[in-house]
Amino acid sequence: MITGFVTFITIFAVVGAILYGRRLVKTEKSDAVFGNPERAKGGLHWVVVGSSFLLLSWLYYSWDIAKSFYPKSANELCQVAKVNESLLSLKYLFPIVERQHKSTAIIKRENLNIEDKITIIQNDPSLKDQDKKIFINILRSTKLMIPSLTDERYLEDDTKNIINELTIRLNKLTEDFPKDSYPNLSKEEENEINEGLKEQLGWGATGMEVPPIPESKRGLKFHAAAAEINSISDEFFEMRNHNPEYLRQSEAIFDEIKEYMDGLDDGLELDYIKDIKKLVRRIEYASIFPPKTLDELENAIRAFDKVQNNEQGNLRTIDILLFPAGTIVASGPQCSEAGPGRWLPKPSDTFRIFGEMLKPSVGYKMIPMLWYEMMGVNRIVGFILPDWIADIMPGKYPIHNEDGTVNPNFKSKVLDIVTGEFEAFKIPVPTGHIWDSFLRVFLGLSLGIIFGVPLGLFMGLNRFAKGFFDPLVELYRPVPPLAWAPLVITVFGIDNVGKVFLLFMVSFSIMIISARAGASGTQLSKIHAAHSLGASRWQIIREVIFPNSLPEILTGIRVAVGMCWGTLVAAEFLAGTTGIGFVENVARKYMQYEVIWITIFVMGMLGLIFDLTIRKIIDKTIPWRGKG
Amino acid sequence: MSDLVSQKVNMIFKSLKGDTVHALKDITFTLKKGELLTVLGPSGCGKTTLLNIAAGFLRPTSGSITLGNSEINGPGVERGMVFQQGALFEWLTVNENVNFGLRMKKEDPIQTAKKVDEWLDIVGLKGFGNTPTYQLSGGMQQRVALARCLINDPDLILMDEPLGALDALTREKMQSLVLKIWKETGKTIILITHSVEEALLLGERVYVMAPRPGRIHKEYKLPFASMGLKEDLREIKNNKDFVSKREEILTMIWDMEEEIMGKEI
Repeated sequence: MITGFVTFITIFAVVGAILYGRRLVKTEKSDAVFGNPERAKGGLHWVVVGSSFLLLSWLYYSWDIAKSFYPKSANELCQVAKVNESLLSLKYLFPIVERQHKSTAIIKRENLNIEDKITIIQNDPSLKDQDKKIFINILRSTKLMIPSLTDERYLEDDTKNIINELTIRLNKLTEDFPKDSYPNLSKEEENEINEGLKEQLGWGATGMEVPPIPESKRGLKFHAAAAEINSISDEFFEMRNHNPEYLRQSEAIFDEIKEYMDGLDDGLELDYIKDIKKLVRRIEYASIFPPKTLDELENAIRAFDKVQNNEQGNLRTIDILLFPAGTIVASGPQCSEAGPGRWLPKPSDTFRIFGEMLKPSVGYKMIPMLWYEMMGVNRIVGFILPDWIADIMPGKYPIHNEDGTVNPNFKSKVLDIVTGEFEAFKIPVPTGHIWDSFLRVFLGLSLGIIFGVPLGLFMGLNRFAKGFFDPLVELYRPVPPLAWAPLVITVFGIDNVGKVFLLFMVSFSIMIISARAGASGTQLSKIHAAHSLGASRWQIIREVIFPNSLPEILTGIRVAVGMCWGTLVAAEFLAGTTGIGFVENVARKYMQYEVIWITIFVMGMLGLIFDLTIRKIIDKTIPWRGKG
Repeated sequence: MSDLVSQKVNMIFKSLKGDTVHALKDITFTLKKGELLTVLGPSGCGKTTLLNIAAGFLRPTSGSITLGNSEINGPGVERGMVFQQGALFEWLTVNENVNFGLRMKKEDPIQTAKKVDEWLDIVGLKGFGNTPTYQLSGGMQQRVALARCLINDPDLILMDEPLGALDALTREKMQSLVLKIWKETGKTIILITHSVEEALLLGERVYVMAPRPGRIHKEYKLPFASMGLKEDLREIKNNKDFVSKREEILTMIWDMEEEIMGKEI
């Protein structure tokens, strides 16, 4: 519904914007020559066209337009796919899909195989002449066995009857199929379908599956036909053209093989004879028939195929126009999307699932995307204060009394506080996948800034510091952060500590380099001025060198945010139980394409928010940049 | 008495390769309190080196330079410095730039604010206190630099081509300002300049320096600075004495430049 509405609105917007653009061009005084940059100014209406095209492409290629305008089409196409699937193995027997009859192809191939085998055996120096003779003899008789299958005279009456019967069944189906009364279902079958329909979910409700039980009259026709053809096909492939003449010859061959194998140990000869046996068996199970035997059946299949194509009616047009670059395919009783509809989620489904995931009670893998939980202040205090504070207090920890109680003393009370074992009020604390990712980036970045900036400034001012720390930084910095990830995660664990440390490594080197560049770029005259105004060393660093380096430092932070964000998602991919990268990784495993796209979108938005915030800070704190 | 006394100051720069440059040779002079000295000379004659030694940014290779009774041994508040480009802290406002020195000494903020207002009034920047310095024009920036230096009440003011980067009109106004401040505060001032005219207009005393090695070539005592306090600077420029002195010094510097070129060829 909404999709259809949106589709119309966007098409309307595109047409409107294009008309407006054309009118604008007419009223504009334009240069006779190309290249005036003025011409690139404005153009919001083209933005509308651009985004509309993007949206329309998404709607179209994700088959959301098909879903919106023809919601039953997927289910019907599923039934058609079932018919096509069941017809396929029969079609392969004849030059309908392939170029040759299947029997022709098999005979050609196996004759070639036999000749090849003979050549190999003749040229193998490690075989005894006696063995060679036996092998070639078996292969020759195998080749001579094939005519017993392709000669019309040997064909049994039973086989002929079955083929006839199947042909009649197919012809009857072809005749009945277009009729309104088809299919003639029994009460039981009808009930079964109705029961199934009650539990059947809509298209895309459970991810990529298409509802398989027919929902319309037309669908039911194809569903029933598919079942009938399946039974015909099964019966056909159960049938073997094993006439007495063939059986006589093949038994002789198998006997010979068995006799030879009985007196044999492991070795080269065994490998050869096994290969030969496989070859004979392949011919045994291949459906090789005399050239004219299946002509009637072929005609029946072609006739049915034509009829079912006709019966699809406008469904074919919908399939071609609204299911671009793919279609619905059947595999047994199940149907699924094959093509962009599978990996490019429908906007309607995506937004529905996103809305679902945002609900704190649903979330993803039992963890909300972004929510809050009530946490006791005692837990926070216990987390922040290190336990050794209690250890360094005077006195000793209490020992239990003889009556089985423990009297707390000052030291044990301090321990209770630093471990968070006391009563306190609760405050809301953010939680969830998005918050976890955000917090990791924030902590890693902050630590990098706190340690990197002072060290960088120091390195920019002092030859010893620069020389001493340069090898350390320059050796680990060029390594891609992800290359460090396995090691860091092994040492610091898969949870927050490992990831925060990894991000710290990333931001630390960037902050050092930018702070160093800032410090060494300070104009000497400014430092001289500060000196002659009576500033001390520390004051010069704090009041002159640091603010002077701020533009470089803030640019460094902007770069570091981008790097940290990229590294974090990849690190969460590697290991962990929360975070936006973890969500994407799990979604990838379960092929939840909507969720993958949602995580991509969320990451883009978070990255954008980070960048906008820092740009705002830059504009606020260093307005003098480039003007000094 | 806080006179500036320079005794046989030598400055020799050595490079790692072993080349030496004799930047200053036996510079000896005495500058009495309240005198205004301008230093002229072709480029590379060691003017700025001399100033940096006086400011304490450089230590002379030999000889000594004393202000009052104490030897100059590093930068200090008693010697204020004004740079060619102002060297203002562009992340601070005019007020914060001017009171920088007092803030570093952690003086009473209320007193400081009063002083800042006074000095901004003197240099003609009343009402610009909260303007960020990067928004000021070149002339205004130099006024801030002057006020920032003077608010510390230094005994000696060192000016390194302070008006070099200004346009002609602003320059003339600033020259009057320098004279006015010199007169009103009675500070000792050393001003380095490229412009002969400026040196003559402002300098009570003028040193013309010669290069290789840097030394004082000739000294003048001039009346134009005191005249400039009463008369219009433009009229002084047309004064006969002024014109002849200007030509004399210009010729002198030309000769020096030619001598260097000759040496190099």
